[in-house]
Amino acid sequence: MSIIEDKKSLSNVKVVTANEAVALAVKCAKVDVGGAYPISPQTSIMEYLTKYIETENIPMEIVRVESEHSAMAVAMGAAAVGARAFTATASQGLLYMAEMVYWVGSSRLPVVMAITSRAMGAPWILGNEHTDVLLPREWGWMVLFPEDNQEVFDTIIQAYKLADTTLVPVVVGLDGFILSHTTMPISIPDQSIIDNFIPKNTPKPYALNTEDPFTHGNAVHSNLYLEFRHNIFKTIEDSEDLVDEIDKEWSKLTGRSYGGVIEEFLLDDAEVAVLVMGASSGDAKEAAKKVREKYGIKAGVIRLRSIRPFPVKRLSKIAQKVKAIGVFDRNMSPGLGGMIATEVKFALYDLKNRPIVQSYIGGLGGKDVKIADFENILVELKEMVDGKREVEKVKWVGLDLAAIEKFLEEV
Amino acid sequence: MIEIKFLGRGGQGAVTAANLIVQAAFKEGKFGLAYPSFGAERRGAVLNAYARIDNKPINVHQQIYEPDVVVVLDRKVIQMTNVVEGLKENGIVIINTDKIPEDLVFNGRLFIVDATRICLDLNLVISGWPVVNTAILGALSKATDIVKIDTLVQVIQENWKGEIGKKNADACLKAYNETYEVVRVI
Repeated sequence: MSIIEDKKSLSNVKVVTANEAVALAVKCAKVDVGGAYPISPQTSIMEYLTKYIETENIPMEIVRVESEHSAMAVAMGAAAVGARAFTATASQGLLYMAEMVYWVGSSRLPVVMAITSRAMGAPWILGNEHTDVLLPREWGWMVLFPEDNQEVFDTIIQAYKLADTTLVPVVVGLDGFILSHTTMPISIPDQSIIDNFIPKNTPKPYALNTEDPFTHGNAVHSNLYLEFRHNIFKTIEDSEDLVDEIDKEWSKLTGRSYGGVIEEFLLDDAEVAVLVMGASSGDAKEAAKKVREKYGIKAGVIRLRSIRPFPVKRLSKIAQKVKAIGVFDRNMSPGLGGMIATEVKFALYDLKNRPIVQSYIGGLGGKDVKIADFENILVELKEMVDGKREVEKVKWVGLDLAAIEKFLEEV
Repeated sequence: MIEIKFLGRGGQGAVTAANLIVQAAFKEGKFGLAYPSFGAERRGAVLNAYARIDNKPINVHQQIYEPDVVVVLDRKVIQMTNVVEGLKENGIVIINTDKIPEDLVFNGRLFIVDATRICLDLNLVISGWPVVNTAILGALSKATDIVKIDTLVQVIQENWKGEIGKKNADACLKAYNETYEVVRVI
């Protein structure tokens, strides 16, 4: 249950954008320090936080810096002394920040960063796309991707739990504009629930301390680097169950569970399923219900909540049940396929009876992704299962190449 | 599920109007989501905002192509874009205007209100722009049963305290009282 359904249990409900949900969660997590540099569609997150400092006097320090690179450096410095740290960015901002993002990942500092997904230039573009959010999955960060405003709030809180437990920083991605600027009701739990869920007074042996000086990230030789990398790999690999456990624990406290690493929708008897991340999952779920009604196709949705850790175990279980998975990627790995489709194939290749996996790419640069698009995907998958349609390396959704010709004629 | 499309110009408060209707619906036990059209918004340009309202939680995020209700915050927008595009059969169009737009052809019901004058009378003006969003919501309440006028007035006063809140609430109420349906020959 991702949205508030039992109205009677609603205490402290606010109708807010997902960006404000992020800011409220950061406030409730009692974050000490944030680094702030504006970029659409992220900017209002840091604006809300500065407003809370101004009007509610929350004990958070926000350092306004001259670039995203420094925004992450602020978060890194804060985390290095044991403070709770946060920043947010998107798109070009993340690219400019990249050096520090990698450094924080390798330093194993428990920073949490929100990325409001947005395509990257050139050409200059504001629209939603997931490529930016997916980049830090190679940079030593966990990456979580919630579906709606309530889950955005809850996932920020869960991210601090995950980061503090594993000493791996966490990205919480949310769909730029489609969610970041969309207003929905959210319920905010009692502060005591959050305080107990993510206590701040845990021992932090890594925290820099002037009484007992030492340093982080100094030079090593190749006799240690491989080992450090292995340990990061292993910690993230082993966190699949932890993401599930954190979700269960949160559900006991708030009544809201999102399925941990994967939300399974109508999968019990499903023959075909579309795998999708984020806000469009709602549209995919509608499509699954529709093709069941219209054509009697047993369709379901695999909503990927955790990209790192990549849920190999859970996905393998689901793959035993379904005959075809269409992976809808709002991103691309040029010349190969969708980034998530590539990973799904890697994860399932060793299974004896693996399902068909078809890569779909769409929605890049904010192109609208419709319920009808997901209906088509589910129908095509059924045709593949029945041997009436060939599986292709990659299939494009909503592609209109004639639009380029038309545009050139007009200019 | 009811889908509402707001068409206005940057600075008139269409985005806020869409947000307020969701807040009001939520107060009445319904669910909703609201979102703006996405781009580099700027003052004066035509922009859209959207809202979905239902009795159960909504998680559909595709754009709205076939609205049940179209709310036009500035009559000049009618000349700039096809405001009734995709409108459902027997859909409702609400326009802020001082005269009946004779040449607007569609299969549905038309309501009008002079929200601009109401806002000018109340001095609800920011940077030279009459901010008609709260007034047009009064018209929306009159023309549809999506939210009650009392709920809207309450939500407006929760969002803006004091004098500003009162002015906006007055604009909403006044527009509610002055909104009327245009009898049309189709």
